[in-house]
Amino acid sequence: MLFKVFPRDQLEILYDILAGHHLVGPQIIGTDRNGQELFAFDYIHSFTELRIDFTSTVHSLKSFVLPPRENLSSFALANNDWEKNVDLGIYKPHVFFGLHPCDINALNKLDKVLTGPVYPDPFYTGKRKNMFIIGVNCIPQPWCFCKSMGTDTVLSGFDMFLTDLGDKYFVEIQSATAYDILMELPITEPTDEDHRRFVQLMDERNSKFTCQVDNSDLTKILDLEFQSPVWQEWGKRCMSCGTCANVCPTCYCYGVTEHVDLDLKSATKQKQLYSCNLIDFAMVSGGHNFRPDSASRLKYRYYHKHRGFQEAYEEALCVGCGRCGQACLAGITVPEVIDSVRRQEVPK
Amino acid sequence: MNKLDFVDVLPARQISTRKSDLSSFEYSYRAEITNVYGLTNTEKLYQIRIVDSDQRHQFTFKPGQFVMLELPGIGEGPFSISSSPTRHGDLELCIRAVGNLTNFLSRVPRGTLVGISGPFGTSFPVEDMENSDLILIAGGLGIVPLRAPLFSILENRSRYKQIDIIYGARNPSELLFTYQYQMWRQFDINLEIIVDQADEKWQGPVGLITEILKHRLEAAGNNLSSNTYAIVCGPPVMFHFVCDMLINAQLPMQKIFVSLERRMHCGRGKCCRCNIGATYTCLSGPVFDYWSVLNMKEAI
Ligand SMILES: Cc1cc2nc3c(=O)[nH]c(=O)nc-3n(C[C@H](O)[C@H](O)[C@H](O)COP(=O)(O)OP(=O)(O)OC[C@H]3O[C@@H](n4cnc5c(N)ncnc54)[C@H](O)[C@@H]3O)c2cc1C
Ligand code: SF4
Ligand code: SF4
Ligand code: FES
Repeated sequence: MLFKVFPRDQLEILYDILAGHHLVGPQIIGTDRNGQELFAFDYIHSFTELRIDFTSTVHSLKSFVLPPRENLSSFALANNDWEKNVDLGIYKPHVFFGLHPCDINALNKLDKVLTGPVYPDPFYTGKRKNMFIIGVNCIPQPWCFCKSMGTDTVLSGFDMFLTDLGDKYFVEIQSATAYDILMELPITEPTDEDHRRFVQLMDERNSKFTCQVDNSDLTKILDLEFQSPVWQEWGKRCMSCGTCANVCPTCYCYGVTEHVDLDLKSATKQKQLYSCNLIDFAMVSGGHNFRPDSASRLKYRYYHKHRGFQEAYEEALCVGCGRCGQACLAGITVPEVIDSVRRQEVPK
Repeated sequence: MNKLDFVDVLPARQISTRKSDLSSFEYSYRAEITNVYGLTNTEKLYQIRIVDSDQRHQFTFKPGQFVMLELPGIGEGPFSISSSPTRHGDLELCIRAVGNLTNFLSRVPRGTLVGISGPFGTSFPVEDMENSDLILIAGGLGIVPLRAPLFSILENRSRYKQIDIIYGARNPSELLFTYQYQMWRQFDINLEIIVDQADEKWQGPVGLITEILKHRLEAAGNNLSSNTYAIVCGPPVMFHFVCDMLINAQLPMQKIFVSLERRMHCGRGKCCRCNIGATYTCLSGPVFDYWSVLNMKEAI
């Protein structure tokens, strides 16, 4: 990897160079009950809107790669005949300016399923191919357990990655396009002092992670405790609303529905993101439901993320961003659930 | 300004935009319903022919695989191919009307064009089963996925030893493919049928499928030769009982094959609806050996 530094006031120039493209970044969308700023990823129209010093966004940037609803195909209908049209819905190149390591890691995880190995999803892959990603380092929030998930740092999946050294930005460069763009800025080699400052900053950041999950032997424990009464207790609390999957950057499950338009001359086939917490997720014909109660569905979500995906890809399908716990109206958080399964007790 | 000059379309290396390559995802074959036969009150047999003759001849599948059938604007669902693999893109599907798509399908006329994608999933290893005794056990609609391997086996009858088919249905009016029983028997196949409830005309045995299996196993001294394979298809409750009996009769669990049902919206390992832990039923199934099934939580 190549490392460079550039003066802090050059960030706006970097923005300007890229601003001719569709540019998505974190911006303020309001404040919460306690007056804290709330952030979200959206299209940015001026440098002042861009807040790369954001804490974390309520939603992930999933909607830009996996839209909540997407047309898979449309049909022109005529009597018993039809023509099928497929629009892969690929965007023009997009710049994502300011993704935290967890969100970049989330995309890397989605890639494992959606870009391969069999039947790569052309809708997702097309959008993914057209992303230019500028990562930024974050300040750990009290609900982040990415350190336990090994996703607090990111090694691939970005074009450049910025760390604020105070008066300059330390930049890791991972693509030729990024290098080309940076050549337009007054970039220099990092000095020994910059190296020291970088390492010191990382140490400080590391010490700020407070939330943890004990993952050791988790795949086995989830198997062993499959019948644990703990799941029933969490199931009683869970409202099966699916909000957790909605805000999760790595949940990708979907359902497909078809509609005939009112004129009876055309029809569409649509995919919408779903959640395994919703009641009919595993229902088959004849009404048999493989996961009929909220406890078995909640358990399945953990089972898929922390055991199934682990077995298939040697990593968990969770980046520890904590969004699901923050958004859950029943206050169900990943660290608490996993901890309770290990210790066989549910916190009150 | 144009610093970023990425692909507007997909790069050839990753996924080609050529229609033929995309056929594995959103493109499907156009197929015509050439015939519809009512088998019972709820099941119909659909003969479906891929329209393009090249595509039709190139379409190959293995017994036990399924296709996604789409009625544009109405819905799409997975259905086991119930015809012989040697018939390529001339398919038979036997479909029970249970919901939106399947009820609509039960009312469409001959000549209707549908979309077919696939074939998807794993298959019964009929070639490995050569030179062995076979026990095929089907409950209810389970006879549908069993018919493709059965056709393969009948076409090479001399390569297999003793063949037993044990088939159970709720009542005589729900028995499927009655017109073919005579033909199967002509292939030196021991076909035994049992129903839960008899009607006035029923002369055969009444009870659960396990009773027939019990007789078959007793005849073998409750010790199936290791040179035996079993295929089991039916509702989830059936698997436990039937497979346990086979295992008790010393049949190794890797020689018992089952076909599992799950909800499927893509057939391609993407929508996750069919997922059981680490396993996508659409990719690693629907056909599994019984060891794999025991190894999965919530499989049956
Ligand atoms: C591998 C496999 C093979 C099958 N083979 C056959 C067969 O040979 N004959 C047969 O009659 N049935 C078969 N089924 C079941 C069949 O797929 C469902 O009965 C059918 O999809 C129900 O669609 P529907 O719209 O009529 O039902 P609805 O209950 O109205 O369902 C609405 C939607 O849910 C989905 N859905 C419902 N049930 C299922 C299901 N079990 N699997 C996937 N999606 C579902 C469909 O997308 C459907 O559009 C098979 C299922 C699987 C998994
Ligand atoms: S865990 Fe929370 S957010 Fe998720 S479905 Fe249950 S109640 Fe909703
Ligand atoms: S499961 Fe929760 S903590 Fe893990 S990636 Fe999804 S939203 Fe973040
Ligand atoms: S049917 Fe979509 S993942 Fe198996």
